[in-house]
Amino acid sequence: MKSSSPEEPRRGFLIASINGLMGLITAALALPSAGYLLGGSKAKRPADWVPAGDLAKLEENVPEQVIFERVRRDGWKTVKEKASAWMVKTADKQVVAFSPVCTHLGCAVSWDGSAKNFACPCHTSSFGTDGKVLSGPAPRALDRFAVKLDGSTILLGEIRPADKA
Amino acid sequence: MLNKVRAWVEERTGLESGIAHFLNEDIPASSGWHQVFGSMALFMFLVQVFTGIMMALNYAPTTAEAHSSLRYILTELTAGRLMRGLHHWGASMMICIVVLHMVQVFLWGAYKKPREATWMLGVVLLLLTLGFGLTGYLLPWDNRAYWGTVVTTQIAAKAPVMGPYILTLLGSEDGQIGAVTFARFYAAHVLILPAVTALLVFLHVYLVRRHGVAPAPVETAPPIKFYPRQVFKDTVAIFAMFALLFVLAVAVRVPLGKLADPNDVSYIPRPEWYFLFLFQILKYFEGPLEIVGSMVLPGLAVLLLFLTPFIDRGKAIALRQRTGAIGVLVLSLIGWGALTAAALSTTPHRDSWKGFTAEEMAAIGTFRQAACWQCHSSTPGDSRPGPNLADIAVLRDRDWLVAHFKQASGPAGQGVKDLQWRRLATFLPKLDDENVESLHRTPQSLVSGAVVYQQNNCGACHQINGAGMKSGPPLNGVAKRWDRKWMEEHFVDPESKSPGTIMPAYKFSPADMTAMLDYMMSLTD
Repeated sequence: MKSSSPEEPRRGFLIASINGLMGLITAALALPSAGYLLGGSKAKRPADWVPAGDLAKLEENVPEQVIFERVRRDGWKTVKEKASAWMVKTADKQVVAFSPVCTHLGCAVSWDGSAKNFACPCHTSSFGTDGKVLSGPAPRALDRFAVKLDGSTILLGEIRPADKA
Repeated sequence: MLNKVRAWVEERTGLESGIAHFLNEDIPASSGWHQVFGSMALFMFLVQVFTGIMMALNYAPTTAEAHSSLRYILTELTAGRLMRGLHHWGASMMICIVVLHMVQVFLWGAYKKPREATWMLGVVLLLLTLGFGLTGYLLPWDNRAYWGTVVTTQIAAKAPVMGPYILTLLGSEDGQIGAVTFARFYAAHVLILPAVTALLVFLHVYLVRRHGVAPAPVETAPPIKFYPRQVFKDTVAIFAMFALLFVLAVAVRVPLGKLADPNDVSYIPRPEWYFLFLFQILKYFEGPLEIVGSMVLPGLAVLLLFLTPFIDRGKAIALRQRTGAIGVLVLSLIGWGALTAAALSTTPHRDSWKGFTAEEMAAIGTFRQAACWQCHSSTPGDSRPGPNLADIAVLRDRDWLVAHFKQASGPAGQGVKDLQWRRLATFLPKLDDENVESLHRTPQSLVSGAVVYQQNNCGACHQINGAGMKSGPPLNGVAKRWDRKWMEEHFVDPESKSPGTIMPAYKFSPADMTAMLDYMMSLTD
């Protein structure tokens, strides 16, 4: 508060000590708390490969929605849940699996057969069969699942942004 | 700019002048280090509120998820163990500080007229602090929490007339501890008690301000200001206490035990240390007298404490004249200390491996045989190339683990059979804070004995710790029935010891025989 006065020459020292010690305590609580709240889980693990369809049953360039079951770590719980992906079989007999989550604000996109694009019902973003943005506010192409083929069974792994897939 | 903002805020709220008014309180010139405890207690309360909120942000308060979410905090989150450590040790420290605060006020006679109400509010605050300890004890929902609370509620149930109503209020209508009791304890711990405590702390501090800090019998100098001289002393004391708390939280691990198991009759509940004296008193009163130990004496003690200002109406406040008060205090401390020491001395020590089945013991053998410990420590904080099994939870599934064992163990794991790997993979995820150290602590001879036991399929006839068949006699406590020599001869030639037995003879190698006998003799009831 006030600086030193003649009666108490140590006043400045006392005030500096009070502020310093309180500052140390605050830091000792604040820094671990930041790690605690922002550090996330230390037990990160890659998603398991889950079977999610048959390549032979897909038609070339016609997106199809597949529903599959996967196991996900949800905080302290391990949950078995349904998930979905839009599969597109490409000309070279490979398959691309798009996450159905719009890259704008997270609504679920679906295939519009007449317009031949993926459409988001929320803010009218649309995406091509290659996942690229055709129109609307979406900032980037649809995210993709990592894909592996076991014979003709399609295995899906992690979801990654298109440019890193 | 800053001054303008300050002036604006000051004009509208009076914040700055309010703080200045609070800090510039006149206190007696005799004030000093003996009066730091009130501020320390208040600070501890704030630390508990803070760390409690931190834990609540990752904690699911239901019987189904409390344990797993706390485990998540401890094993998966940065500084999660620190938060719980601060909260756990903070609770103990807060009790200590509150008691020290009361001891100081008591010795200096600071409860005397006109400060009786301040003292009485303080006694209620002490009870609230204990209430926090009692309700918080249940929230980890491990065996310790569960069985400790079973005992607490059963004591309450024995109250004359009120018993059944108290039990219903605690959510334990049928005498069982479950979802309802848990919800009530949680609500009390995070809603009711904090709100009531905050309110009473406010009133307590208000009364301190109203009557002023209690002066010495003769004040020779004019009053001084609270800030900065006394605030400095308070701050230094708070800092020292916080530093100690921080070191405790980092250095002394608070274990999270097995998930609460109402069927685990082998668990021996013990209350937190500050309730041990009450626990011990109960041992001296049996049958119809039990209520004397569980209610009458504690009730009387609280009443005496509450009415202290009216029992001691003398004017003496000089420490030297307060021989009576000092005598009472010393006697109480001796009584409390003796009861606590007696309770501690009868606390049974149980080695963590004592509850394992032979299969689990043999899994420890596999862990050692394959030299898993070269990469994975099971001592908290010990650093090795792989994850420390004492610090993280094993979350991988069995197939992943078995594949990892085979790949990572290298030459050391060559002789291990698939079945052994699978058993190790079943065993590891079940380990918890209280028994993970058995991986390196369990004596090797017992582990070898269990391996021999498994190799010879003894479990096909015998039972250890609930696992195995019962066509032969269960083996727990076998050492009480027979001595080592008898057992050895029985292995070699069962017929010679128990005629008509269906047990075949076993010709172990000398090393296997020693291990087997060590293991048999170690099995407790």
